Amino acid sequence: MTVAPALSIEKLCVAYPRDDGGVLMAVDNVSLDIAAGEIHAVVGESGAGKTTVASALIGLIEPPGRITSGAIRIGGVLLDPMTGKGEGLQLGRDIGVVFQDPMTSLNPLFTIESQLTETMRFHLGLNAAAARVRALELMRSVGIPEPELRLKSYPHQLSGGQRQRVVIAAALSCNPRLLVADEPTTALDVSIQAQILKLIRDLAHTHGLGVMLVTHNMGVVAETADSVTVMVRGQAVEQGKVAAVLRHPQHAYTRGLLAAVPRFDRRLERFAVLNEGGSTAEKARKAIAGQGHAARATTPGPLLRVDNLVVDYTTRGWLPGSKGRTMRAVDGVSFDIRSGETLGLVGESGCGKTTVASVIAGLVKPASGQVLFEGEPISGDMATRETRRGSRKALQMIFQDPYASLNPRMRVGSILAEPVLFYKIAANRTDAAEDAALLLEAVGLDREHANRFPFAFSGGQRQRISIARALGARPRLLICDEPTSSLDVSVQAQILNLIKDLRDATGLTLLLISHDLAVVRQMCDRVAVMQAGRIVELNDTEALFETPSHAYTRELLALVPRIDRIGTA
Amino acid sequence: MRKSGALRLRGVGRWMLRLRRAGPPVSVLIAGAVAGILLLLAMFAPYVAPSNPLDLASFNLADSEIPPVWAEGGDRRFLLGTDNQGRDMLSAILYGARVSIMIGGGAVLLAALIGVSLGLIAGYLGGRIDAVIMRVGDVILSFPTILLALLVAGLARAITPEAANPRYVPFVLVGAIAIHEWVQYARTVRAATMVEGARDYVKAARVIGLPPMRIMFRHILPNVMSPVLVIATINLAGAVLTEATLSFLGVGMPPTYPSLGTLIRIGNEFVFSGIWWIALFPALALVILVLAVNVVGDWLRDRFNPKLRARG
Repeated sequence: MTVAPALSIEKLCVAYPRDDGGVLMAVDNVSLDIAAGEIHAVVGESGAGKTTVASALIGLIEPPGRITSGAIRIGGVLLDPMTGKGEGLQLGRDIGVVFQDPMTSLNPLFTIESQLTETMRFHLGLNAAAARVRALELMRSVGIPEPELRLKSYPHQLSGGQRQRVVIAAALSCNPRLLVADEPTTALDVSIQAQILKLIRDLAHTHGLGVMLVTHNMGVVAETADSVTVMVRGQAVEQGKVAAVLRHPQHAYTRGLLAAVPRFDRRLERFAVLNEGGSTAEKARKAIAGQGHAARATTPGPLLRVDNLVVDYTTRGWLPGSKGRTMRAVDGVSFDIRSGETLGLVGESGCGKTTVASVIAGLVKPASGQVLFEGEPISGDMATRETRRGSRKALQMIFQDPYASLNPRMRVGSILAEPVLFYKIAANRTDAAEDAALLLEAVGLDREHANRFPFAFSGGQRQRISIARALGARPRLLICDEPTSSLDVSVQAQILNLIKDLRDATGLTLLLISHDLAVVRQMCDRVAVMQAGRIVELNDTEALFETPSHAYTRELLALVPRIDRIGTA
Repeated sequence: MRKSGALRLRGVGRWMLRLRRAGPPVSVLIAGAVAGILLLLAMFAPYVAPSNPLDLASFNLADSEIPPVWAEGGDRRFLLGTDNQGRDMLSAILYGARVSIMIGGGAVLLAALIGVSLGLIAGYLGGRIDAVIMRVGDVILSFPTILLALLVAGLARAITPEAANPRYVPFVLVGAIAIHEWVQYARTVRAATMVEGARDYVKAARVIGLPPMRIMFRHILPNVMSPVLVIATINLAGAVLTEATLSFLGVGMPPTYPSLGTLIRIGNEFVFSGIWWIALFPALALVILVLAVNVVGDWLRDRFNPKLRARG
């Protein structure tokens, strides 16, 4: 049989001119073939050029970048590198595209029906009635319940998973030969991720669709893809069948990448990473530990107690005086955090885990219930100004998005000096600057970095700065709200190691909020699982992972894509 | 990916590059140059002007109503002619522009100061304080600018006769104009503050325990200033016009200390007797100044509008 492959890329190079006159090779001599019915994963960390490869296929390379050499054939037809068009090939008809964020890839002002039928009427010349019939068919094939009803809906009336299904349905509407899916499940919860991946797999195998799956998640690769290309700095360093590459990686980079993925099946002491802060970091941590944490509490009992916490969010009515709707985000949550332990709080988006953290940090007021820190009420009706103020210093928080959590108009030095000066840990500006330098060293950065603005740092470095700022107040309890979920795996491993090291050096107590169960298993002593505002299970980490008692916990554990389950699902 | 190259350029080089990429159209460059020259001329009026129009003793009634130098009966000493008092029009315009710009600029500064502060407080604290500030703003905006300014200027004169003293009139005018203009700053800053206030760096500052005032003015303020600068530029032209209108109506600067508006008012009385230059030249100066500042302001507004930025 001599059927042309769905996609064949030959020695593709994409170059961006740099400001200094040089040229940046975003894609450097990459070749890959995808047969009909094959799912080919392209993995790599941010900046590896994987999305640029996908953009080249659909003619979306942003000027001034351009394809400098190489050939792209889709179904045997050669694409023109200048225009991204091929003879008789049309984007939308022959190539379907699914982007990362289902929240923004549908137009909020049009119904699902008009968005689905638009492509078909344009490319296939169907009339409205025929397009509607086909749209219903597609909706059924991607598994959307009540398709007749849903066609009349607007995107905001659908959940994230349903929207991504609609996007896939639209991509498939004209029977393309190739589906390009750029991080299709990164913005989704694990349960929905599992469904969408299964859908893509079924479609590929039943329709003979070639799929290029761009992802950073090794678990997704293992469970979904047939073959894989590993990219680093624009180059394809390793290529082959998924089982071969994941079991016997040849290239050092692939081995490093696989080692950095948090293990789901057993607990390790540290994450394997290449470079870590040396002895200066160690010294700085000791210095910090010696200064502020000396005053340890002698009160018995847990460090923090959350008691029957209820939080409501009220949307305001249209007119003054009219009643708004009330949404219960947290519904009777209670737990303790013991001094020195790490408690994990896991759950899917919208389950209320971040709200719990916000109440503890004093950012949100609860409707009822209370939070006690060392026996003193710090939130709720019993809390007074004094008790609240007393806990502020001891309770610090790091946030998820390293690009939003640092003030872009302040130098790193002033960001770090602020809590130090505010709590009079340093007497004057000179001492505060010295302390900021110490904090930078403690998180593995250079003291010279204090003079720069946040934009000069990468995501991982910014997260280090965030941690340093939190340490500046010399806290007892550090709340980490998804500290690594927007970082690459190798950077994630470094940050998690850093948090572990800091905990060991200073005796910090941690509350770690995450949706990533593998991370939680590696980091936590005990884990609480939240669903719809309630804690459904709270147990020691090993016990919870080995013998989960609640049905929801078991479901969550089963759905996580794992690199040790190749081609299983 | 492209970060590394951009980082090497700093300071002036970086700005030049940005400016070149942004590529202000030629019209904006010309308008910027014209506005700059007018501002400089007005600022250095005492050194540039041929005579001092404020020194009543220096002009001679015998020189009154001389036409511009190129017209029949023109005099070399008076390039743009003289007014009914024998005052050199060119000098009067330069000094007048100075007064107009100072009052307009003062009004913009005062309005921005009040508006930005109230907008920050309303946007960050929300609730009842927000409602009170914004409703007061709504009420003020329901008055026409000129009407409100006339009311304030008249009220000031009713309260103290000192308000009509040429030394204090500029301050009254600045207040009368700013009382209307601050609302626009407050609205813009309030909206931007609500967006910034929800971001993690503000939450981080709250977790540290910093007091609200410090969070507002140290953390949020620098991040909401770019729209304020754009509004200020556009409002400068508007404030100069409002001042000119007030002076034209007779509640502004007196003839002994004229602004551009006062000069136009004086000239207006003579237009129908064929003495056109007394009104025309100050009016031209006003039009050119306002137009130039407006063109620059419009361009800035487009530049900083995220919805239009992609096209630039």
